Amino acid sequence: MTATPLLSVRDLKTYFFMDEGIVKAVDGVSFDVYPGQVFGIVGESGCGKSVTMKAILRIVEPPGRIVGGQILLHRQKQNGVLETVDLVKLDANGQTMRDIRGAEIALIPQEPMAAFSPVHTVGDQVIEAILLHQKVSQREARAIALQMFKDVGIPMPEQRLDEYSWQLSGGLRQRAMIAMALSCNPRLLIADEPTTAVDVTTQAQVLRLLRRLQEQRNTAIIFITHDLGVIAQMAEYVMVMYLGLMMEQGPVDDIFHAPQHPYTQALLRSIPTIRMTPRVNLPTISGSIPHPFNKPRGCPFHPRCEKAMPGKCDVRTPALQPSGEKQFVSCFLYHDAEVSA
Amino acid sequence: MSDEGRMTKDEGRMTKDEGRMTKDEGRMTKDEGRRTNEQMNNGAATEETPGAVLASKAEERVSVASNWKLVWWRFRKNKLAVLSAFVLIGFYLIVLVPDFFATQDPEATEARLAFIPAQRIHLFDGTSFSPWVYAVVGKRNPVTLRMEWRVDESRKIPLRLFAPGFSYKVLGLFETNIHLIGTADPKSEDRLYLLGTDRLGRDQWSRIMYGTRTSMTVGLVSVLLSVILGVVLGGISGYFGGWPDLIIQRLIELLQSLPTIPIWLAMTAALPQDWRPDQVFFAITIILAFIGWTTLGREVRGRFLSLREEDFVLAAELAGCSRARIILRHMVPAFMSHIIATSTLAIPVMIVSETSLSFLGLGIRPPAISWGVLLQEAQNIQTIAQAPWLLIPGVFVIVAVLAFNLVGDGLRDAADPYGH
Amino acid sequence: MTNHSTNQRTNDSTTTLLQVKNLKKYFPIRKGFFRKTVGYVRAVDDISFFINEGETLGLVGESGCGKTTVARCILRAHVPTSGAILFRTKDGNTVDLARLSRAELRPLRPQMQMIFQDPYGSLNPRMTLFDIVGEPLYVNGMTDRKQRVERVAELLRLVGLRPEYMQRYPHAFSGGQRQRIGIARALSVNPRLVVADEPVSALDVSVQAQILNLMLDLQKRLNLTYLFVAHNLSVVRHICDRVAVMYVGKLVEMANTLELYASPRHPYTAALMAAVPVADPRIKTGSVELKGEVPSPANPPAGCYFHPRCEFAEDVCRREPPVFREITPNHFVACHRADELKLPGIG
Repeated sequence: MTATPLLSVRDLKTYFFMDEGIVKAVDGVSFDVYPGQVFGIVGESGCGKSVTMKAILRIVEPPGRIVGGQILLHRQKQNGVLETVDLVKLDANGQTMRDIRGAEIALIPQEPMAAFSPVHTVGDQVIEAILLHQKVSQREARAIALQMFKDVGIPMPEQRLDEYSWQLSGGLRQRAMIAMALSCNPRLLIADEPTTAVDVTTQAQVLRLLRRLQEQRNTAIIFITHDLGVIAQMAEYVMVMYLGLMMEQGPVDDIFHAPQHPYTQALLRSIPTIRMTPRVNLPTISGSIPHPFNKPRGCPFHPRCEKAMPGKCDVRTPALQPSGEKQFVSCFLYHDAEVSA
Repeated sequence: MSDEGRMTKDEGRMTKDEGRMTKDEGRMTKDEGRRTNEQMNNGAATEETPGAVLASKAEERVSVASNWKLVWWRFRKNKLAVLSAFVLIGFYLIVLVPDFFATQDPEATEARLAFIPAQRIHLFDGTSFSPWVYAVVGKRNPVTLRMEWRVDESRKIPLRLFAPGFSYKVLGLFETNIHLIGTADPKSEDRLYLLGTDRLGRDQWSRIMYGTRTSMTVGLVSVLLSVILGVVLGGISGYFGGWPDLIIQRLIELLQSLPTIPIWLAMTAALPQDWRPDQVFFAITIILAFIGWTTLGREVRGRFLSLREEDFVLAAELAGCSRARIILRHMVPAFMSHIIATSTLAIPVMIVSETSLSFLGLGIRPPAISWGVLLQEAQNIQTIAQAPWLLIPGVFVIVAVLAFNLVGDGLRDAADPYGH
Repeated sequence: MTNHSTNQRTNDSTTTLLQVKNLKKYFPIRKGFFRKTVGYVRAVDDISFFINEGETLGLVGESGCGKTTVARCILRAHVPTSGAILFRTKDGNTVDLARLSRAELRPLRPQMQMIFQDPYGSLNPRMTLFDIVGEPLYVNGMTDRKQRVERVAELLRLVGLRPEYMQRYPHAFSGGQRQRIGIARALSVNPRLVVADEPVSALDVSVQAQILNLMLDLQKRLNLTYLFVAHNLSVVRHICDRVAVMYVGKLVEMANTLELYASPRHPYTAALMAAVPVADPRIKTGSVELKGEVPSPANPPAGCYFHPRCEFAEDVCRREPPVFREITPNHFVACHRADELKLPGIG
């Protein structure tokens, strides 16, 4: 890992302004993604992981918008000069952002069926993506698309280029989606729950493919999912989110074998795994995820936390602080630093 | 298999749908600051402490609000729709007692009083509220032989609200002779022509009031008939599928492929000329309904088809519910609000259809009165040039159609906030 | 409290509640203006299995394997194309559900109920909790409202919800709570067999554990028998006594849970196990990749349906479909080479 991160998110805040109130979907999130690293973001619904992804790509839709923070992308312009761009300050539909989107940061969305237009062939859509970002002819673009299809392991790629998304099976569609995302050789790939909608054997194929491609091209991946098993297999560094805030960050081994935040600990305990004794009651996290409109005061997890300290955890919000060699945690059990309002 | 660390706590809280950033009205959660204690009850699922209390009345209200209440609350927020609803209520008040709003007998013809322009009402006499109008004096132009009217500023005719006038029966029940507005002195020769008169000297305002009754009723009744036809036939088509579905679908396609205007012409021309106006009225209504149900039928069928696959319908079947119960209790309520919204949007179409037919002389015919019949009087340029107030029934059509559209849109948005 | 039944026939401590024999469900493919039948989707293609009273049988497979169709056939939401579904009723008789008419089926409905996957689609949004949970009671004879109120209160308490909630509408509840409501509804008529169709797949991870615990508790308390349809192998391992694996409408393997996971005998089962990502970064899974795609149930391959993707396929596999047979006590496989293959298992 080189010292300069590829993407630095600092104190990102994205709020949704609705009739009923303000939903603080992302309320102060900071992390670094290094070149070639697989960065996992894990959390349950309402934690803000998808909104974070959308903020990075600047595709947050009204009534939501980014209200604070920075998203620093370290890029190399066409003339070789290195620069740092704050994506928050760019116009979401401006030329610069559109250059970045697709070519430097690409997205693999959750639902490949929804991501492809049903009235254009998949080949056309991949070629369109190529032509938008690279100065090549139509024929050259098709050759690149063909090569991409081969790289992602789509059988009979020549034929598939001219097929429609609904003619492909779920697994092939996801591969085509990956091909489209990688067609312009982005340095950062954001995978938003790419295997949630597919079967377990297809998931294994897709994960294997992503791992291989990531190694070959040294692409960084931000891998967003709620599946702890997938995170354990794919990510090198993990961030756990809950209700728009970070709970814990650290190398994947530490997160799974030495989790520090009570939420992470409780979450890991509550999933059924292959090695535990079957048919006993699982230790559960009490209560359920509160609605984002009614976020608890102080630490967002405190109403469900066994180790909550009244007077502290329900009043002040803990900030993310280092707590190990490479681990960070937001919890008053480990430090006293709080988030400045 | 010991119970290690069992911490099943219950969610005692009414949480909204997690993580859905959609505009979901009114679903609020309880205060998160409170924790419910768990109680292990013979190893069963836990219960909550009796002491936990709901956070606020507002949340309680929302959680027990039925679908209709939620729709109503959402509708209320749409100011334009609410305003239009009031306008419609006004119209339907007229429908109930048009005689009350009329000032003259709509049939009373007096050729001498033809083409009197609309009179301007002055609301204040000096400083007190006392409506009055100037009298009009007519003189026959010796060259054109037309009556020309001018305002005689020397004479003021006082008016009053709830004045006596010609007698009528309210809803056919009891007789009265009170009208909304009229001349203060019932015995005077002077009359009030709020919107002028037509070529036969008939008071336009009164005729428009009666026209309102006819036109608004035709729209409502024919849509009601369409709804019944559409729901029943569309329902059979969607619920049973198979042959009934095939037949009804082809029928719908057949009806929809027929060109509407020629069909109307043919059907209304086929009506016997000697039918009374109210018979013609019924016939027009039924004809319009028979052609208009197809769109609704298609939609209802689509809804039934998709509802059939819903899990809650299957759950009802598995519980042992009869087919009738499933249709009436589970499926119909699911699309009722949509049907109401769609119907409300269909009524102005019917109104315009009727108006057009009658305008062309093919629908309701004089001496029956509807907006279309009234507009017949304004068919030539000369009349419009001389007596532009005869076009005012058109304004009523526009207002009614607009009001229905706004209310219908408001209902549709309120009933389906996600637009499925 | 795992129930290990040793064979299909009754023995002293266990009795078979449900026995499915050669169940087939084919859906016709219709094309053209007159809707001619041009082929069939073989959603369920000759399945046989049994469930003993009080146990949980897991039915796993990937999308398109037919497990949901099996579940719905058992409850007669679909009419089977052929085969028998033998159910032992409360009074001890065995009836073939596949052959009953709607009218004959109606009085038996309370004995078998379903828990659905989608907590949002399975509750009628226009009915209060009292209506939803009370409807099965009403339809089956409990017309006295006061009685129903009491029973609904009892049921809500049973699933961990407050009885006061019965006046509320589903929109006020979260996904996990809605599943509890669905469970209360299913249990209202005291069923003996509960078919759970992916009951926790649509829930958050932390809520899944709560619902699984609830289901385990209820099974103990009420002596329920579950058919647990799912695709999440970790969840299935946690809750099921025995597991059956389906592939393109056929059963490929069926055994006691721990035995199936530790020593699978069918290559597909082994591949499925190997594909599950383990929540431990020190254990790398997914090293063995299953190539190819799931065939369409409308046009399955000849012989063994799995042969195009199977690394152990031989000539016989391409020609003859394998028989679903018992190779060790209570362990059934449909594979020509099951006796010779040594396949890796997991935990």
